[in-house]
Amino acid sequence: MATTLYDKLWAAHVVAEEGNGVCLLYIDRQMLHEVSSPQAFEGLRAKGLRPRNPTYHLAVADHSVPTRHRDRPIADPQARAQVALLEANAREFGIELLTLGDPRQGIVHVTGPEQGFTLPGLTLVCGDSHTATHGAFGALAFGIGSGECESVLATQTLRMPKAKTLRVNVTGDLPPGVGAKDIILAVVGKLGSNGAIGHAIEYAGPAIRALSMEGRMTLCNMSIEAGSRTGLVAPDETTFAWLKGRPKAPKGADWDAAVAYWRTLPTDEGAVFDREITIDATRLVPQVSWGTSPDQVADVTGLVPNPASLADAEQAAKTAKALAYMGLVPGQALRDVTIDHVFIGSCTNGRIEDLRMAARVLTGRKVAAGVTALVVPGSGAVKAQAEQEGLDRVFLDAGFEWREPGCSLCVAMNDDRLPPGARCASTSNRNFEGRQGQGARTHLMGPAMAAASAIAGHIADPRDYLEAV
Amino acid sequence: MEPFIRLSAVAAPLNEADIDTDIIYPARFLTITAKKGLGRYAFHDRRFDGQGQELPEFVLNREPWRQAAILVAGANFGCGSSREQAPWALLDQGIRCIIAPSFGDIFRGNCYRNGMLPVVVDEATHAALLADAEAGLELHVDLEAGFITRPDGATVAISIDPQKRDALLNGWDEVMTILNQRGDTIAQYETQRRQRFPWLG
Repeated sequence: MATTLYDKLWAAHVVAEEGNGVCLLYIDRQMLHEVSSPQAFEGLRAKGLRPRNPTYHLAVADHSVPTRHRDRPIADPQARAQVALLEANAREFGIELLTLGDPRQGIVHVTGPEQGFTLPGLTLVCGDSHTATHGAFGALAFGIGSGECESVLATQTLRMPKAKTLRVNVTGDLPPGVGAKDIILAVVGKLGSNGAIGHAIEYAGPAIRALSMEGRMTLCNMSIEAGSRTGLVAPDETTFAWLKGRPKAPKGADWDAAVAYWRTLPTDEGAVFDREITIDATRLVPQVSWGTSPDQVADVTGLVPNPASLADAEQAAKTAKALAYMGLVPGQALRDVTIDHVFIGSCTNGRIEDLRMAARVLTGRKVAAGVTALVVPGSGAVKAQAEQEGLDRVFLDAGFEWREPGCSLCVAMNDDRLPPGARCASTSNRNFEGRQGQGARTHLMGPAMAAASAIAGHIADPRDYLEAV
Repeated sequence: MEPFIRLSAVAAPLNEADIDTDIIYPARFLTITAKKGLGRYAFHDRRFDGQGQELPEFVLNREPWRQAAILVAGANFGCGSSREQAPWALLDQGIRCIIAPSFGDIFRGNCYRNGMLPVVVDEATHAALLADAEAGLELHVDLEAGFITRPDGATVAISIDPQKRDALLNGWDEVMTILNQRGDTIAQYETQRRQRFPWLG
C-alpha cells in the first residue's frame, strides 16, 4: 500500500500499540536547553532514575543567554543560575553539553542540524515548540513539555496519538525576492492559527524541492504557528549533500546504509493524505504580519485589514483586538508603517543563507536614523562562517549590531528586550502580545524585508532593494 | 500528581481566541527553574499593570471568579510555546479544568501530566457553558462519571482517551507507568533497532 513519509516514520518507531490510536513511540534523539530541562532532571532525581541512553541527548543553552559580553559572567543572576544548572545536570547525568564558550553553541534548532545530530528517519524531540524545524530533514520532530522531556530521558519513549496527515503542495517556482519565510507565512495565513491542530504537515511540490536546507528549516520551523507540532520535507540529494561529513553524521559504510534507508522514506506515489492544500508559488508576494497571531499576515503591498468589513464576527473581534494592540489603523498601507527596531536572527531565520540575503540588501546602504538594528547569528558556526565571508562588515557598516548566538529578541528572555510601544521588523516566528518585551509590537517577515525595512525606516518591499543591486 | 476525580467550582469566562502560552506565562519569568509557586505569574500582564497593581477588568481579579477552578476559554487556548510553566502557573493559581472549542496540542498534553483536565466542546455547548460562567455559576465536573453537569442539570460528555482518564483518576505518573508496563518491550525494540539502524548508535 502506498504510504506517506509520516506513516513510514511513525511505523518505524512504534514500540507498542496502546489502543485508541495511541502508540508508545521510540524517540531517537532529544535536544535539551536550560528552560524546559531543569524540572525534567529534577523529576529523574526525585524518582531515582538515570537517563536510559545518555548519548541520545545533546544539551546547549540558548534561550536566556546574553548576546553581548560573553567574556563576563551572565549579569542576570537568575539566568546565570539557570545556565549553570543545565551544565551541572548534564555533568551529573552524563549528557554531552555544548557550553556557552564552545564555538558550536547556538540555538538548539540551528546547532542540532549543523552537528549532524539531526538525521532523516529519526524521531527527535525538544522542549521547544519550534522543534518541527528538524522535520526539514525528513525526521519526525516535534516540541514537547518538560514532563515529556523527563519521559524521554528515563524511557526513551513517549505515548502519542497518531496525527492526521496534511500535505501542503507548493507549485511552480518562487519569484525573485520571495523566500521560504514568505511561503510559510502564507501557509499559516491560509490554514489559520489552529487550522492544522492534530495534523502532521508534509510540504511538497517543486518550490519546496528547489529550497536549500536552510529554507526548508525556515519552512518547517513555523508549522506550530498553524497548530501542527510536526512539519516534514522528504529527504533528497539536497539533504544528503548538506549532511555528509557533519560531525555526528554516519561515516563510511554506515553512511551508505543510512542513505539507502533514507531513500525509501519519501511519500509513495498515490499515497492518500487526510487533507491537502495547494499554494501557487508563482503568485507569492513577500509577506508581513500585521497582528498578534502569526496567521494575521498580508502581502507587503497590501493594507491593514478593516475589522468592520469582515463577515465573521469572531474574526472581526480578533482583528480589532490585534489592531488595538499593534496601534494600526484599518486601511493603512503596510509600507507606511514606521518601525524603530529590526531583529535578524532566531531559529527561523538565523542561518547563513538568511544573513547572506540580508547582507545583499544592506551592501552599501545605511540603517535609517532612529532605527536600532541587530543581527544575532543562530550559532557559533553561522557567526564564524558569516565573518569569514565578510558579512559582519556589511552589517556593521550599515549600522547594525553584530551579536553572539542565542534566541535573543525572538523570546526576549535575556537582556535583549524591547520597550513598551516599540515596533520591530523581525525575522522571528511569533508576533504575540509582549513577545519581544511587554507592550512591544512585532511584524514578522523574511530577512530581506527586515533589511529593507531597516534602511527605509518603515516596512519595505525587499524587491525594490534587490532589483537595484 | 494529584488525582482528578470530581470538581465543583465557579468557572471563569475567558472567551478570547488564541490565548497563547506567552499570555498565560510571560517569557521573562522563564528563568525561574522551580515548578511550584508560579501562580502569581499566571496571566501576569493581563492581571497586573506596570506597577504590579491588579487590573480590575481582568476576570480572575473579579468576584466570584477570583476563586474559579475552571476556565471556559476561547478557541486554540494554550497555542504557541511548549512551556509547561503555563499549566504549572494555572494549577498553582487554582485552575484544574479548562473547557474550550480547541487547544494548542502541546499545552493540552502538558495539562494531563499535571492532574489538569482539558475538555474540548462543540460551539453550542461552549456558548452554554460560557453563559453559565458569565453568570458566576458553578459547574460540576465528574471525570469518573464522564460528564459535566450544568447549573440547570443538563450534562455535557467529557471526551478523553481512556489511558489519560485512568491516569488522571489515579494520579499515576506516566514515566513510572511506562517503565513498569513497557520496560521489556522497549528493550526488545532497542535490540531490533540496533540491527536495523546500526548508524544510530
